[in-house]
Amino acid sequence: MENFSLILAIVVVTALAFDFTNGFHDTANAMATTISTGALKPKVAVAMSAVLNLVGAFLSVEVANTISKGLVDESGIRPEVIFAALVGAILWNLLTWLVGLPSSSSHALMGGLIGATIASAGSGAVHGDVLVTKVLIPAVAAPIVAGVAALLATRLSYTLGRKADGKAAAKGYRTGQIASAGLVSLAHGTNDAQKTMGIITLALVAGGAVAPDSDPPTWVILSAGLAIALGTYLGGWRIIRTMGKGLTDLQPQQGFAAQTSAATVILASSHLGFSLSTTHAVSGSVMGAGLGRKGGVVRWSTATRMFVAWGLTLPAAALVGALAETVTGLGDWGTAAVAVFLIASSAAIWKLSRREVIDHHNVNAADEPEPAGVVTQAIAAVTPPPAGTVAEGLTATIPAPPATAQSTEPAAGPAAV
Amino acid sequence: MKIDWASLGSVFGVSLVVTVGLVALFTLGIAGLSRRERATAQGGSATLAVTGAYVCFAACAAAVAYGISLIVA
Repeated sequence: MENFSLILAIVVVTALAFDFTNGFHDTANAMATTISTGALKPKVAVAMSAVLNLVGAFLSVEVANTISKGLVDESGIRPEVIFAALVGAILWNLLTWLVGLPSSSSHALMGGLIGATIASAGSGAVHGDVLVTKVLIPAVAAPIVAGVAALLATRLSYTLGRKADGKAAAKGYRTGQIASAGLVSLAHGTNDAQKTMGIITLALVAGGAVAPDSDPPTWVILSAGLAIALGTYLGGWRIIRTMGKGLTDLQPQQGFAAQTSAATVILASSHLGFSLSTTHAVSGSVMGAGLGRKGGVVRWSTATRMFVAWGLTLPAAALVGALAETVTGLGDWGTAAVAVFLIASSAAIWKLSRREVIDHHNVNAADEPEPAGVVTQAIAAVTPPPAGTVAEGLTATIPAPPATAQSTEPAAGPAAV
Repeated sequence: MKIDWASLGSVFGVSLVVTVGLVALFTLGIAGLSRRERATAQGGSATLAVTGAYVCFAACAAAVAYGISLIVA
């Protein structure tokens, strides 16, 4: 059955695009502390993370299989539903990147899937209690667990290391940070690249291109690994800046404690059967490390923006996913409209990001001088995402040409900052 | 709805113990190396501190290796 239809091709490309956004969204998880404490040069850090993500993608297909075998009922799902889900996830990832907020790519993906499934099969198709146990509780638990561990570890590190100074100490903390950041990258590659593989495989099964219950084909593994590595290498510098400099100021000891805590929490959770989001764990551990140093401060305005973004991730992606699914349900032209809309709004967001470029040159430049600006920015930046998604939804119900024209509007919110 | 408090608790416990333990070990190792640095600057040596430091680092390396094996498995 070699019916590799157009819609299937679109889904695969969209899934790889999501994988790419996932990569650059989550570079910060592994490398923000390493970059902000100066343990590695920005470019070197993202290159290392990219390679480890790629390696991680090849290590196993277990996570991919849990997604493509069993999470969703394969028989009832159409490629269009997956496409709609991916549209929701990509747009949310891009929006949070634009405002520089770390948020969970997995939640965005889940939100998109939930929204698209509801629009396609009704709300009965989603299990509310699974949502609570698999999404809400972990989202609250991850930053607390990682934060407390990082806080205590930082305290201890400063107490024990009172006499640790000089070159040996600097070099030591540097090595330690690189090692723990590497572990996080590797774990991320095995988890997140595989989510995309799972999605692509699911779409291939749904479209009848491969037999149900098969492992991901090699080209899927390869392309998903490359997409996430490329995204990681290009680096979500905006998010790295928030995570490494925005939440708190990190010294090498803190960076080491934070990254160790994050790596431990991620590994412990995924192997004790209570999966926690990488993004949430890292953000929590960075804040914990910030609080652990005497005189250390956490910028709660930035943290609050981040929490708001976490809370919105699932519903916002679900909303976009649902609307996209409704439109694709109208027929082939509907699918085309959604595709055009996705490309247009992605381009618009990218264009907006060029107004204030953040890259490896100024990723560490965000020092604390202007607290007033930070607060106003926080207020301004928290509001646009929901407004943006709603507006997108409205435009998405209109056929292609106006959608293109209006898609610049939601993005205009953040630009006004 | 059943929240798996037991596994959440064990994640919390394990993460806390492992993180604090690793950071403590590593910091001790670094403190040992700094002591050698100071000792050599004064013309002395600090064999015990250095040996201790390498034991600490070896333990950390073992933990990293275990972490990698968890990822690969």
